[in-house]
Amino acid sequence: MAVTLSETAARRVNAFLAKRGKGVGLRLAVKTSGCSGMAYALEFVDEEDADDLRFESHGVTVLVDRKSHVYLDGTELDFVREGLNEGFKFHNPNVKDQCGCGESFTV
Amino acid sequence: MALLQISEPGRSAAPHQHRLAVGIDLGTTNSLVASVISGSAAVIPDAAGRMLLPSVVRFHADGAVTTGHDAQARQSEDPLNTVSSAKRLMGRGLADVERGGQSVPYRLVDAPGMLRVDTVAGAKSPVEIGAEVLRELRLRAEASLGGALVGAVITVPAYFDDAQRQATKDAARLAGLDVLRLLNEPTAAAIAYGLDNGAEGVYAVYDLGGGTFDISILKLSRGVFEVLATGGDAALGGDDFDQRVVAWARAEVGLGQPSPQDLQTLRARCRVAKEALSSAERAVICVPMGVDDPVDLILSRETMVAITQDLVERTLKPARRALRDAGLAADDIRGVVLVGGATRMPQVRAAVAKCFGREPLTNLDPDQVVALGAAMQANVLAGNRAEDDWLLLDVIPLSLGLETMGGLMEKIIPRNATLPVARAQEFTTFKDGQTAMAIHVLQGERELVSDCRSLAQIELHGIPPMVAGAARIRVTFQVDADGLLSVSAREQSRGVEASVVVKPSYGLTDAQIAGMLEDSQTRAEEDLRLRMVREAQVEARRLLDATEVALAEDGDALLAPPERAAIARALYALGELLEVHDADSLAALRSATDALNRATTDFAARRMNAGVQRALSGHRLDQLEQLV
Repeated sequence: MAVTLSETAARRVNAFLAKRGKGVGLRLAVKTSGCSGMAYALEFVDEEDADDLRFESHGVTVLVDRKSHVYLDGTELDFVREGLNEGFKFHNPNVKDQCGCGESFTV
Repeated sequence: MALLQISEPGRSAAPHQHRLAVGIDLGTTNSLVASVISGSAAVIPDAAGRMLLPSVVRFHADGAVTTGHDAQARQSEDPLNTVSSAKRLMGRGLADVERGGQSVPYRLVDAPGMLRVDTVAGAKSPVEIGAEVLRELRLRAEASLGGALVGAVITVPAYFDDAQRQATKDAARLAGLDVLRLLNEPTAAAIAYGLDNGAEGVYAVYDLGGGTFDISILKLSRGVFEVLATGGDAALGGDDFDQRVVAWARAEVGLGQPSPQDLQTLRARCRVAKEALSSAERAVICVPMGVDDPVDLILSRETMVAITQDLVERTLKPARRALRDAGLAADDIRGVVLVGGATRMPQVRAAVAKCFGREPLTNLDPDQVVALGAAMQANVLAGNRAEDDWLLLDVIPLSLGLETMGGLMEKIIPRNATLPVARAQEFTTFKDGQTAMAIHVLQGERELVSDCRSLAQIELHGIPPMVAGAARIRVTFQVDADGLLSVSAREQSRGVEASVVVKPSYGLTDAQIAGMLEDSQTRAEEDLRLRMVREAQVEARRLLDATEVALAEDGDALLAPPERAAIARALYALGELLEVHDADSLAALRSATDALNRATTDFAARRMNAGVQRALSGHRLDQLEQLV
């Protein structure tokens, strides 16, 4: 299994990276906080960590640390528009339950 | 489910702790809101995809309020209750606006503190009107970013004085926004350009917006912005170009006094024609003629240049002055940044290029650049960026000082000092036994108090009685990063203190900032002469007081009646002259002061001798040696 990006998401990430002018890829991570136990984090990556798991998806380098990968395996990151708001959305098959807003979840 | 944005490495927020911050360009004609989304600043459009929100607010009889495009579209139907360009009224009194010669289609009424606009929904202050625009932008941003905002950076023209800045802050608070900081518009533009392009050097920011003109000389180096000088004209902008076109169109068709509706319609059509001329050689204006058929007029680019050339020229004078203030020549400027929709006009671009000897930079949208810079600053202030980010230096637009004897302005903080700044100066008493001192805080460049803006009055009591000139009172001026001022005074020997935070009374009686700088230039000679007169008056009064004290003490003992009469005559002549507050009396005042000085020379010598005798009599030589 792996962590992937939808084509829309990849296009947006590449655009953001180009605008930012530096960075080698995108980091997906899981942090233990939030109202349902776990929370997603999405960051630009300037330096790779040797322990990181590395995926390529539609031309974007995706980095996930080993601990987070346990929770994220099989996830697809999508970019969607909801009304005026637009942003990234995690489609994570491991999630059993999530808080109302979806910012945190349990497995 | 909430949508996520990409954060900087190591800066992703905990859930429900996203620090959403926006930058708002609250403009005279249009306003914008921008935010940093996934690492880059972008203007937030409304549901229809429009970036600009017209700064137009319409008040309805039932208390409802419409803002933006809807209000603008109906402006000609309901001109009395539809307020545009409210930023020009921000922090102003009715007298200021009337003196500025601005004609507005709605009714203005005077009110304590700040003027009001009389609408069907009641009298509305410019703060309330500005708040409606800000609230609309806040709602747009919250809908788009998906959460409540922690705060906003709001931009103001560099020229805004304390009253106008405070009014802007109040409007934000009324709109439910926490102001992280007020930022000068040109500085915001520099942030947008400086970071996006990473170019170092000295830049000029030429900002011709709807209602204000600002020129700033900025130095960008190692990611640090320093404002070297600012200047401009608070009552010059795209609106004035519109009015020229309106006046031209009315003259062309011989249109006398149109109805408010027709005037609004004509104004809107003239604006469209002006904008069309930025890319076309000619534009058509359909002039409404009331009951008669409308008349089509053709406005060519040449005509446009001819009727607005003096407006363009008016922008170049402050531009050259700012260069001088910064101690630079046009050659030293690495680039000129254009801000504001009015800089799209070809004649403006050409004039700027000629003035600075280079083509201006236009790679960012001149309408958006200020909002984008403000968003970047808001992002930093909200704590979403790493520590090693830039620091921002800003300057005060007008000198700050206090009133001294003779109604003269003594500058404590000179204009263009970088913020935050604190300066102190020592003052003393004018009269023997003086125990209190009034400190009148002023803002402006002119020499006389009456030509400067009055900001506050404080009184320091409890000064120990001493002879004139012996007390030492330290007055400290401090300006914080928002450009707001606090003043404190402290008597050094006993430590009594008084202080004030200037929350200025909203521009009731003050001259418009617009003319202030220019006046200080054009009236420099007059000011110098007046200063000399005032100084001569202060000197004369001091001499009068001293002579009167001396006469009371020793007049009987040391003066023969004729001598005493001569001194009294000179005293009286000088006193007379002082009563006449005539600016041309400098020579007379000086000669009368000299006359009194001469008349009292002998008297002064005798007093000196008598004093020495008193000191010496009854002492032996060895005691005297100890005394000496």
